[in-house]
Amino acid sequence: MKKLVSVLLAAVMAVGCLSGCGAKEAKNANAFYIGGIGPITGDAAIYGTAVQNGAQIAVDEINAAGGINGYQIEYNFQDDQGDAEKSANAYNTLKDWGMQMLMGTVTTAPCVAVADLTAADNMIQITPSASSTDVIKNDNVFQVCFTDPAQGTKSAQYIGQNNLAKKVAIIYNSSDIYSSGIEATFVEEAANQNFEVVAEEAFTADSKTDFSTQLQKAKDADADLVFLPIYYTEASIILTQANAMGYDPTFFGCDGMDGILGVKNFDTSLAEGLMLLTPFAADAQDDLTKKFVDTYKEKYGEIPNQFAADAYDAVYAMKAALESANATPDMSASDLCDALKPVMTTISIDGLTGTGMSWSETGEVNKDPKAVVIQNGEYVGM
Amino acid sequence: MRFITYLINGISLGSIYAIIALGYTMVYGIAKMLNFAHGDVIMIGCYVVFTCMSGMGLNPFVSVTLAVVVCTVLGMVIEKVAYKPLRKATPLAVLITAIGVSYLLQNIALLAFGADTKSFTSVVPIPNISLGEVNVTGVTVVAVAACIIIMIVLMLFIKKTKAGQAMLAVSEDKEAAQLMGVNVNGTISLTFAIGSGLAAIAGVLLCSAYPTLTPYTGSMPGIKAFTAAVFGGIGSIPGAFIGGILLGIIEILAKAYISSQLADAIVFAVLILVLLVKPTGILGKPIHEKV
Repeated sequence: MKKLVSVLLAAVMAVGCLSGCGAKEAKNANAFYIGGIGPITGDAAIYGTAVQNGAQIAVDEINAAGGINGYQIEYNFQDDQGDAEKSANAYNTLKDWGMQMLMGTVTTAPCVAVADLTAADNMIQITPSASSTDVIKNDNVFQVCFTDPAQGTKSAQYIGQNNLAKKVAIIYNSSDIYSSGIEATFVEEAANQNFEVVAEEAFTADSKTDFSTQLQKAKDADADLVFLPIYYTEASIILTQANAMGYDPTFFGCDGMDGILGVKNFDTSLAEGLMLLTPFAADAQDDLTKKFVDTYKEKYGEIPNQFAADAYDAVYAMKAALESANATPDMSASDLCDALKPVMTTISIDGLTGTGMSWSETGEVNKDPKAVVIQNGEYVGM
Repeated sequence: MRFITYLINGISLGSIYAIIALGYTMVYGIAKMLNFAHGDVIMIGCYVVFTCMSGMGLNPFVSVTLAVVVCTVLGMVIEKVAYKPLRKATPLAVLITAIGVSYLLQNIALLAFGADTKSFTSVVPIPNISLGEVNVTGVTVVAVAACIIIMIVLMLFIKKTKAGQAMLAVSEDKEAAQLMGVNVNGTISLTFAIGSGLAAIAGVLLCSAYPTLTPYTGSMPGIKAFTAAVFGGIGSIPGAFIGGILLGIIEILAKAYISSQLADAIVFAVLILVLLVKPTGILGKPIHEKV
């Protein structure tokens, strides 16, 4: 019996080895190998799955349209469960598979870990959604999403350029790095804009139920817009309390506001007119968005979120860079990286998450921010 | 005029602290233990009202009554299961058990209701009252009224009824009370029942004033209310009321006139000052060391 088991095991191993070798031999010499990493199981699965699907749509489109410089794309997405260690394992799996470029990772902490590996290997990496500035500290990494501090700057510019307000009040969470980070850059940029910050009011994680005073001070200062760089939970209370005191300014939030319509039992009429800076609105009426949303719905049965759009743009950014560098699939990952790094700062693409997207040498994206406004209980692109 | 608005906001916030603090101080005054799970009983009460109103469409009055019943039973069960066996144990052991119960309730709520935030519909049908520029919300009026009524009823109950006198006796000296024929366990159980019933009312007012509900809704107001109870003199029923209202007013005025960033720091600095000058709190009884 024991013998039988061992023979069986040996057979399984032999087959496994053969199939492994087989996969390597089958490497398509006429295709670029793009790997993706993100959480498709675990807590952040929503984000990873969206990235996986969004990128798949871009790859299918490009392959159907004749590929990049005439070469097809091979795409492989690995799960990291949002964990830094698993992400490193996924990266090694993809390298064995023959990856030449990495589209990932989705969440910040694993991305920081993998960015060190890609820097050591000299592999080009474009992350769709990891927003920390730590992610792009190496020169081979580029971001599709805005960095956290950039959201503050972009919000101030958006409000200024669209003349949304003359006097702005800010209510932010001083005990949260995301919120206070955005607040700081917003105030900095506001100095260059045509509006005035008339009140900067804080709250902390310990006192986030009563906002009557902050709102009263904003009202007394005649603020016609209240900037809320906070998460939607507190924002829903602020909207309720502002309504109770008869204060009706424009409210403006960042990506943390995304989700306010999903708060159970929340009177969404209070959110009417609320604006938020988010790179992607699924109901936008431009052809690119419509086509993407229709394809996504057809293939995956859901309305895509901003992560799917970020991933789609990441793949197209790779395409633009490869075309601009006249790259061919026979180049090694390191050669590709050397070829792509300089052209990444010269390309410009019109994507789902912004038109005229370009990149700085630091890897930060430069694109026009988009805002959505809540109308009739739905996010509507502006 | 502004000042009056801030003052009213302060009283509004303070009345919520006060009503929670009444439950804390009641249990501490009689059972001599800090029931740190009080804030979480509040949260359970809120979920009961939320489920009744949004899920089953019951009217607010029935929902609140049901919540009071559920919380009263819950309070008695917690006392029976978690605190009674530790009656002879050190106060520290009971304190840790209370913290354990607090986390247990939070996690049960997480499992049962999920982590997502629910928006609570106010149960108070009174509209806002406008006095010139000053706007008083209906919830504030109800909360202050409820606070005063509950305070007076509790004080009368303790002074005038047999059960109340038994509570007083237990709080003075458990052993002596037992020798005099007072049912100590029953009395403590009753205290928890009343305290938890109050928690349900506090919870409904808390969520009507600040309309979000998560499994952690009760924990921070619970701690602030505990602070208010200590501030006013823990164990003293009027002390809890005064402590709560003062804490609310100080918090709002600090936010309004000094800095919203520093509000909490100022509140707790004032607390430290008061306790330095009067260690038993504003209305606390002086402690006589028994030798």
